[in-house]
Amino acid sequence: MKTSATDLELAIQMDEAARVAHELRLKRDRRERNGRILKHMFLIIVSCVMLYPLFWLLASSFKPENEIFGSLTLWPSEFQFENYTKGWYALPMSFTVFYVNSAIVTGLSVIGNLVSCSFAAYAFARLNFTGRSFFFALMMMTLMIPYHVVLIPQYVQFLNLGWVDTYLPLVVPRFLASDAFFIFLMVQFFRQLPRELDEAAMIDGCSPFKIYWAIILPLSLPAMGTAAIFSLIWVWEDFLAPLIYLNDIKSYTVPLALRLFLDQEGQSAYGQMFAMSVLSLVPVVIFFVLFQKLIVRGIATSGMK
Amino acid sequence: MKRFFARNAPAYVFLLPWLIGFFLLALGPILASLYLSFTRYDMVSAPRWIGWGNYEYMFTRDRRFWKALEVTFTYVALAVPARLIMALGVAMLLDKGLRTIGLYRAIFYLPSLLGASIAIAILWRQLFAADGVVNQVLAMVGIQGASWITDPDTSLYTLVVLAMWQFGSPMLIFLAGLRGIPRDLYEAAEIDGTPRWRQFTRITLPLLAPVIFFNLVLQTIDSFKTFSSAFIISNGTGAPADSLLFYTVYLFNEAFKFFRMGYASALAWFLLVIIATFTAIAFFTSKYWVHYENERD
Repeated sequence: MKTSATDLELAIQMDEAARVAHELRLKRDRRERNGRILKHMFLIIVSCVMLYPLFWLLASSFKPENEIFGSLTLWPSEFQFENYTKGWYALPMSFTVFYVNSAIVTGLSVIGNLVSCSFAAYAFARLNFTGRSFFFALMMMTLMIPYHVVLIPQYVQFLNLGWVDTYLPLVVPRFLASDAFFIFLMVQFFRQLPRELDEAAMIDGCSPFKIYWAIILPLSLPAMGTAAIFSLIWVWEDFLAPLIYLNDIKSYTVPLALRLFLDQEGQSAYGQMFAMSVLSLVPVVIFFVLFQKLIVRGIATSGMK
Repeated sequence: MKRFFARNAPAYVFLLPWLIGFFLLALGPILASLYLSFTRYDMVSAPRWIGWGNYEYMFTRDRRFWKALEVTFTYVALAVPARLIMALGVAMLLDKGLRTIGLYRAIFYLPSLLGASIAIAILWRQLFAADGVVNQVLAMVGIQGASWITDPDTSLYTLVVLAMWQFGSPMLIFLAGLRGIPRDLYEAAEIDGTPRWRQFTRITLPLLAPVIFFNLVLQTIDSFKTFSSAFIISNGTGAPADSLLFYTVYLFNEAFKFFRMGYASALAWFLLVIIATFTAIAFFTSKYWVHYENERD
C-alpha cells in the first residue's frame, strides 16, 4: 500500500513538474516572440534610415526645382519627367554618348578581367610549375599596392605611348590581369574542385587548355559570375582612372559627366543633376537585385570590400 | 632541360598575361615611382636628381602634407570603428532568432555597392547642405544645424557618416564569422543563467576576435585609399580650409594639377609604406582567421 501512495505522490509531483515546465516554455516562447518583434521593429527603422537618402534622391529627381530643398516628403506634388528629358541633353554632349562610352569601357574591362584572371588563377590553382609559390606570393603582394603608387609612372608610360584620351589605359591593364583581386577569388574556387577530374582528363590525353576550357570553367560559373558582377560594378563606378586619362568630353564616361553638373551648380539644375544621378545607379541596382546571392556569397568567402 | 621546359611551358602560357602585367603595370611603375621620388619632374623637361630633397621638404617644411596626414588619420580613426560597430551590431541582430534575414541583408548591403559612386557623393553634398535634409530633420527637433559641408569644423564628419552608411560588407563577413560559433555554447550559457552581456563578452567577442581583426585591417587599408567621395565633396581641392584634404586628394593635385610628379611620387611611396605596414600585420596574423573559411556553409 505504501508504495502506491508514493506512486500517487510521485505522479502528482511529475504532473506538477510538467505543468511548471510547460508554463516556463510558454513564457520563454512569449519572451522570444516579443524579442523577435522588437528586433524586427528595430531593423525596419534602421532599414528606413539607410534607404531614406536613396528614396530622397529618387523623389527629388521628379520634383519641380523649388520643391527639392525645404521638403522632406518623398512624394512630389507633381511629377516632372522633364528633369530626365532635359537632363539627358543638359551637357555639351548628350548622355547617350556617355552611356555608350561607359558601356564600351565596362564591357571590355569585364571580358579582360574574366579571361586574364581565370588564366592566371588556373595556373596557380591547378598546374604544377617551377616558381609557383614565388609568383603566387608576388601576386598576393600586388593586392595591397594602392593604385596611387603606380599611377604616375603608368601615366607617363601611357602618355609616351600616345594612349591618353583613348580607352586603352582603362582597358588594356584589365587584359593583363591587373585586378589581382579576381585572381585570388578564382584561385580560392578552383582549388575546391576535385583533382581527380584533371587527372582523369589528363590520362584521356586532354591538354591543359582543354581541361581549363571544358572542365574548370564550366564548373566555376558561380565564381566567374561573382567576378563578372563585381568588376562590372567597380568599373562602372570608377572615377579616378577616367578622370586622369580622359580629357575630351566626347570620351567621358558617366561618372565624369555627372561631375560636370557640379561645375554648373548654382544654375539651379538640381532636378536634372539628380535625375542623371539616379540613372547612373540604375544598372548597379539592377545587377544587385538579379545577382544578390552571388554577390553575398562572394564577399563571405573571400572577405572583399 | 627539355623535360623542364615541357613540364612548365603550359603553366607559363596561362600565366603570361599576368606576368606581362606584373612587370609593366606593377613592378616597373613601383620602381619608377621610387626613382621619381628622388627627382624633380614636371613632365616637360627630364627628371632631375635631387636626392632626399622631396622627402626632406615633405617631413620638415610641407604643412599641407602634415595636414593631409592629420585629416586622413582622423578619418580612419573615426570611420573604421564607426563602421565596424554598426556592422557587428547589425550582424548580431540578424544572426539569431530571425528566419527571414535575406531582405534586411540586401537592404544593408546596397549602400556598400553604391557608396563609391559619384552619384552618391553628389547626393551627400545636398543632404548635408545648409538647407539640406539633415538640417531639416534637426530643425524639427529644434536644433539649428551647421552648414556641414562648408564649415571646416564639421565637413569631415559628413564623410564619416558616409563611411558608416556603407557598413554592408564587414557586416556580411561578421555574419559568416558568427555562423562559425557553435550554438551549444550559447545554450549552455543560457542554462547557467549567464546574462546576455556576459555571453557577448565571454563567448561572441573572443571567438569572433580573428574576424574582427581581419575586418579592422581590411577596412583600415581601404579607408586610407578613400578618394572619389572626398574629391567630389571638397570640389577637388580639399576645401573648406583643407579640412577634407585627404592624402589621396593631395597626391592627385600635386601630380595632375601642379605637375610636381617627383614630389607626388614621394607622397605615393610614403602611402605605400603606411599601407604595407598594415598589410604586414594582416598577413602575419592571417592564420588566425583563415580556418573560418572552411566552417562556413
